[in-house]
Amino acid sequence: MNPETGTGKLTRKDFAASQDVRWCPGCGNNAILAQMQKTLPELGIPRENIVIISGIGCSSRFPYYMNTYGIHSIHGRAPTLAMGLKCARPELQVWVVTGDGDGLAIGGNHFTHALRRNVDINILLFNNRIYGLTKGQYSPTSEIGARTSSSPDGSIENPVNPVGLAIGSEASFIARTVDVFQKHMSGVLRRSADHRGASLVEIAQNCIIFNDATWGHITDPDNRLENVLYLEHGKPMRFGKQGEKGIRLNGLRPEVVRVVDVGEENLLVHDEQASEPTLAYLLSRMGPPDFPTPLGVFRAVEKPVYSQLLMEQVHNAQAEKAADLDALFRQGETWTVPEQPGGGKR
Amino acid sequence: MSAAAKTREALEQVTILFSGDSGDGMQLTGSQLTTTSAILGNDVSTLPDYPSEIRAPAGSVAGVSAFQLHFSHQEIHTPGDNPDVLVAMNPAGLKTNLSRLLPNGVLIVDQDAFSERNLAKAGYENNPLDDPELGTCYQLHPVPVTTLTLNALDDLDLKRTVKMRCKNFFTLGLVYWLYDRPLEQSLEWIDKKFARIPLVAEANRLALQAGYHYGDTSEAFAVQWTVPGASNEAGTYRIINGNEAAALGFVTAARLAGKPLVYSSYPITPATDVLNHLSRWKHMDVRTIQTEDEIAAMGSAIGAAYGGAFSVTGTSGPGVCLKSEAIGLAVMLELPLVILNVQRGGPSTGLPTKTEQADLLQAMFGRHGESPLPILAAASPGDCFDTVIEAFRIAVRHCTPVFVLSEGYLANGSEPWRIPSLQEMEPIVVRHPFDPEGFQPYARDAATLARPWVLPGTAGMEHCIGGLEKHPPTGAVSYAPEDHEEMCRLRADKVARVADFIPGLEVDGSLDAILLVLTWGGTCGAALTAVRRARECGRSVAHAHLRYLNPFPQNLGKLLVRYEKVLIPELNSGQLALLIRGRYLVDAISFPKLRGQPFTVREIEVRIEELLS
Repeated sequence: MNPETGTGKLTRKDFAASQDVRWCPGCGNNAILAQMQKTLPELGIPRENIVIISGIGCSSRFPYYMNTYGIHSIHGRAPTLAMGLKCARPELQVWVVTGDGDGLAIGGNHFTHALRRNVDINILLFNNRIYGLTKGQYSPTSEIGARTSSSPDGSIENPVNPVGLAIGSEASFIARTVDVFQKHMSGVLRRSADHRGASLVEIAQNCIIFNDATWGHITDPDNRLENVLYLEHGKPMRFGKQGEKGIRLNGLRPEVVRVVDVGEENLLVHDEQASEPTLAYLLSRMGPPDFPTPLGVFRAVEKPVYSQLLMEQVHNAQAEKAADLDALFRQGETWTVPEQPGGGKR
Repeated sequence: MSAAAKTREALEQVTILFSGDSGDGMQLTGSQLTTTSAILGNDVSTLPDYPSEIRAPAGSVAGVSAFQLHFSHQEIHTPGDNPDVLVAMNPAGLKTNLSRLLPNGVLIVDQDAFSERNLAKAGYENNPLDDPELGTCYQLHPVPVTTLTLNALDDLDLKRTVKMRCKNFFTLGLVYWLYDRPLEQSLEWIDKKFARIPLVAEANRLALQAGYHYGDTSEAFAVQWTVPGASNEAGTYRIINGNEAAALGFVTAARLAGKPLVYSSYPITPATDVLNHLSRWKHMDVRTIQTEDEIAAMGSAIGAAYGGAFSVTGTSGPGVCLKSEAIGLAVMLELPLVILNVQRGGPSTGLPTKTEQADLLQAMFGRHGESPLPILAAASPGDCFDTVIEAFRIAVRHCTPVFVLSEGYLANGSEPWRIPSLQEMEPIVVRHPFDPEGFQPYARDAATLARPWVLPGTAGMEHCIGGLEKHPPTGAVSYAPEDHEEMCRLRADKVARVADFIPGLEVDGSLDAILLVLTWGGTCGAALTAVRRARECGRSVAHAHLRYLNPFPQNLGKLLVRYEKVLIPELNSGQLALLIRGRYLVDAISFPKLRGQPFTVREIEVRIEELLS
């Protein structure tokens, strides 16, 4: 029973922890927090059955601000805790909150393997292309040339593309949204929550202090529609203020075309359920300056879920064999030393 | 000469060493003799010694695989020092281990394997079998094992290479005759093992019998020895090694608490077999996770413990290095779980298949900050079972991660194990609070200082824990100086309180002796044997063995000051000695050994002699 509403239905307030939120004013994380607090009550999952696990970094303070179960763990390792928890308690809904440094640098290995195994967890990757908590060093997603406190002459590193990495990791659900696109984010979060298996949501997030407007080309209200491609399953890929532009495939290369020139029937049609991730990968490569940035669900396919497979093996074994500890003790050759009067003693 | 003409002599004990190429089946031969001897009623103890390469170049010294077995009419605690018998299947096997054979020991060699090529591979310029001195120093028995095996299998339609592989059973048969062991156990094993390839089963059976009959009929072997059974405590027994004992202990601990077991691990020698065993026991509600790395294994262990499972991660020293940050998190989160370190020679990759006890200080201090946790160490292969169960009792009682130290020597070594009865074991009581009234995540039990182990899924108790310092008892993040100091004290006190619940240290021997030999881990057996032998020679010496290394038993300090001298033999450069000296200001004498091999009884005996004469 919800003391606030007097009903069993939970509200946003139920998910807000009493802790003061200590992110910088204007930080994109605040918007993501608000959407999670708004979305989770809509899932119909009891609050106590939700666990949020994070690593280290600004984003990883997230669990402190949610009135669910939570662990603020160590740098990069949140997916590993989530994995162990799901093996112990498959029925819990587990979220991992991570950032571009936490999830892709120090935790890159776990990120890859959690997705590959298809552990039933939801990974939210807050990507601000900078290390915020350590005050502004370049991150694995910082662009070449990014001038930061540790790259005063410009970063000389190739950035990693989180969506592409997730595809390479055989992820079954991959989406991208933006901190300030509240409605879009809410929809993506719901899809992520509903997906069975590992889901990755890259959230383009603004760090107002160290990397302000890093996503300006897609958040700027004046140019947003020119620079964003909203992915919709089964729909032709159109963008632009009037939807006048589209994406067409020319051989193996996508190209931006005017819809009137080619006709809508010749545009690429989004298929998030395609069995091969080729289309998703092609989309993951799109972005400025030549292409709009795709937002929405890149890929959502059904694959066997790790925790479920594990428990199936356990249940099958239990159905086949009694849980007889004594029989386990007696595996192999045994022999018996009879009671002797007086008794020998080892 | 007929069998009747042979003499029989009784022996108290025998130490036999099988030495051959990695592909010669020495481990199998050794374990067969072990099981047969144990079933016969002997006390047994084994020491497998094999290279880390799966197949080093055949015939090379690097590829020598050895198995030492000590079987006795009396209670024994070690796999024996120097062997009385050496069975060398090739020149490399002879070269590697001949120096260990006792003077006038029995030396059986497969003379067929002493070809020019094999001699060269082993680095022999001349055939050592041609050296008359070999027959003077030892009871040399060159046996054409290969020829005799092939002859015995002449009628079988099998490839020569398959027949060659039966050599080890011929040798085993010969040793069975030499020590008057029955063939039945091995015959049954062969039938089971090769049930699907009856011809191979037949070949091995014939080879085993041929070896036995060769001993019986060959004039070369005039004496048959017997080693009568020991009088063990009544019960049903089996042979067990330390890794299987640990795996069984984990399953048992979970059963005693009615919990699922989650074991997350990354393959690493010599701990891998624990994972292999547990992955086959899913019917016991065991959930194994083979993680992408050691760090993930520790992270998963924390996640599983948080979810309420009995959670373990198993590894060896290099793995602990990688896990150490996450172990610190477990200390901070105060969650019950067990970390098993099957120690090997280090540092770095070190000696993967050789034993050492050099991770004690790593377990004790190998994390940043003040990060205490309880540490237990197993004393023998079978003791791994009891030690891991005890570790879980402590983990749950005090809501803390607990280290268990095993060793390659214990993990791979084996001994008879009296099969326990679950009914005789005390259940492990687990409490998960579910009343939100007044709940505080870091409130403490008055006696144990444990914090409550609240499970996610419990309504009304939602909370966040983490690696940041906390305000006691709310667990809210706090960097206040007084809170940090108080939390450090509480975490330390909690581990110290474990001493209130563990037995005092017992001494084997007199409290008024001059010398106390203090051991931990697998050094127990050799030290105990050495101390008892020294006492039989009238020496004033006692032995005490520490299962609990952090905290130490409460009476340890008082015991230590009773003795004029304290000797601490350990397979490291003096780690326990450092702790003992630092903690009790006792001038303990360190006896280090760093050779990748356990102490021999003799080594410790000699040191005792030196200290008391």
